[in-house]
Amino acid sequence: MNCIEARGLRKHYGATVALDGVDLSIPEGRIVGLIGLNGAGKTTALDAILGLTPYQGALRVLDLDPWTQRDLLTRDVCFIADVAVLPRWLRVSQAVDYVAGVHPRFDRGKAERFLARTVIKPHSHVGELSKGMVAQLHLALVMAIDARLLVLDEPTLGLDILYRKQFYESLLTDYFDATRTILVTTHQVEEIQNILTDVIFIDRGRIVFNRAMDDLESSCSEVEVAPQHLAAARALHPIHEREILGRRIFLFDGVNRRELAALGDVHTPSLADLFIATIGNQAYAAPAQPTQPASKSSSAPNPDQGVAQ
Amino acid sequence: MTTPSAARTVTAAEASPHAHAIPRYISPARCFYWSLLREFWEHRSLYIVPWAVAGLLLAGFLIGAVRLREMVRAGLNLDAAQQLANVQMAFSTAALALMGVTFIVAFFYSLSALQSDRRDRSILFWKSMPVSDVITILSKAAIPIVFVPLITFVVTVVTQWILLLLMSAVLAGTGFNVAMLWTHFFLGHMWLMLLYHLVTVHALWYAPIFGYLLLVSAWSRRGAFLWATVPPLVIVIVEKIAFNTHYFSSFLAFRFQAGPEGGMPPNMLFMNSLSNLTPLQFLWSTGLWDGLALTAVFLTGAVLLRRYRGVTTS
Repeated sequence: MNCIEARGLRKHYGATVALDGVDLSIPEGRIVGLIGLNGAGKTTALDAILGLTPYQGALRVLDLDPWTQRDLLTRDVCFIADVAVLPRWLRVSQAVDYVAGVHPRFDRGKAERFLARTVIKPHSHVGELSKGMVAQLHLALVMAIDARLLVLDEPTLGLDILYRKQFYESLLTDYFDATRTILVTTHQVEEIQNILTDVIFIDRGRIVFNRAMDDLESSCSEVEVAPQHLAAARALHPIHEREILGRRIFLFDGVNRRELAALGDVHTPSLADLFIATIGNQAYAAPAQPTQPASKSSSAPNPDQGVAQ
Repeated sequence: MTTPSAARTVTAAEASPHAHAIPRYISPARCFYWSLLREFWEHRSLYIVPWAVAGLLLAGFLIGAVRLREMVRAGLNLDAAQQLANVQMAFSTAALALMGVTFIVAFFYSLSALQSDRRDRSILFWKSMPVSDVITILSKAAIPIVFVPLITFVVTVVTQWILLLLMSAVLAGTGFNVAMLWTHFFLGHMWLMLLYHLVTVHALWYAPIFGYLLLVSAWSRRGAFLWATVPPLVIVIVEKIAFNTHYFSSFLAFRFQAGPEGGMPPNMLFMNSLSNLTPLQFLWSTGLWDGLALTAVFLTGAVLLRRYRGVTTS
């Protein structure tokens, strides 16, 4: 059974299409990054998965219909929207009491142990805590819940780097295991690159790239092409081309690395570069050009693109 | 001896042997209880304001009683009936003031109950907890309809009790007939009347008012007070201009002022005898059941709004 299974998921607000036929299968035990520009449909997709909004199309989360069976689903799904959603008037001890009161899978001792590692005092109001401490509190509450799916929507927004690093480290060491699934959206792509098992790019309500990180390393390549090989590189249909300090950097998807090695130095691209290549090609392309999934068969090389970046 | 990979498998299995076991059962009643507590944590004015007002009232009465003592000492002789009426007035005033204040508290509580968490986006946290929208709405409706009248009763009883002690202490030995306070004054009787009034009028008769306010609170993004008050006012004015009738204003006045038959208006609270308690008449009074049905409609609307537009913040 997949943790999340979507077929033709659609959602529109008036004339604005937020989700335009999303197909998605996320198995258990994965850490999936959902990455897209603002307004690409990330939050709408998460809202649909969490049963916070009605939708069209087929969607099963933990084999439940999130909209009609939301009350059942909330026992197995945890959610951190962003750091600011714990109400300011709530005391730390009250937050723990409340979750212990209503959540059947909450382990109070575990939450208190997590909190003991921080400087958060039980008697403080959330309004008195720094943003980073609120995030720690929320994470302590959520990690003490034995859930099967954890959804994080920009969980580290506005946190300084120390808290951001701690946040993901805690998740990995104290929470994640093979029976849990984590779905995370963030702008800070570089930070989650190393913890993800899968990455999904979403653009204008469509999934434009969906790959396991392991496959990414073998299929996607970044090549610093020597000047004499530029024409040969373009013939291999790069998905992106850019110039940095006079060096020409090409991105390829699905091209054999041995073939590329002849053109220049080959690396695995960063997620950020891959994202810019995939989304940038579409976001800045002429409006008439249809949205294309980034694969080697459909990506049209556009030499002007890279220089424009 | 185990290979490293075998050891890892074992650890993984041990790490989550009871992962996703059958969850501990949490009854709806328990969720309801914690949802209620949550409301009191957020809206501390629900109990602080009545006690604060009670304190101010007692201070006022204390000064009044001291002045009365001076008057009595100055040789001003009030007849017994007049004395009793004065004292009775103090007790009624305390009860009426507390009821008025707690009605206002309940009014503003209801207006913000389903709006404040949407404005600070904490609704995303509450909605991530396994508490259904129905339980959330019921707990929020129980505050003005059940708990505010209950708090009013408790605070009034305590206040009146302290008032009786205060008056006895201040007026003792002044020639004022203190014993009369204890013989002609049946606090128990008064409290029964008060409880009856709170249950019939403040809880049951006003329930649709609070239902309406909760609906507005679930509906409006901001300015709940204006959304709750301006449309009824506009309807009254437009009805007057267009048809020169006043059905809607009479409807509102009936709900706010008249009260149900057998529900006992508050000014009669302490003069009435127990024979004025007519619960049966109240149960069959015009508008009671209509009002309760309307409350159910309003609350259902609030549940649906909470569900369909709950987390939209912009």
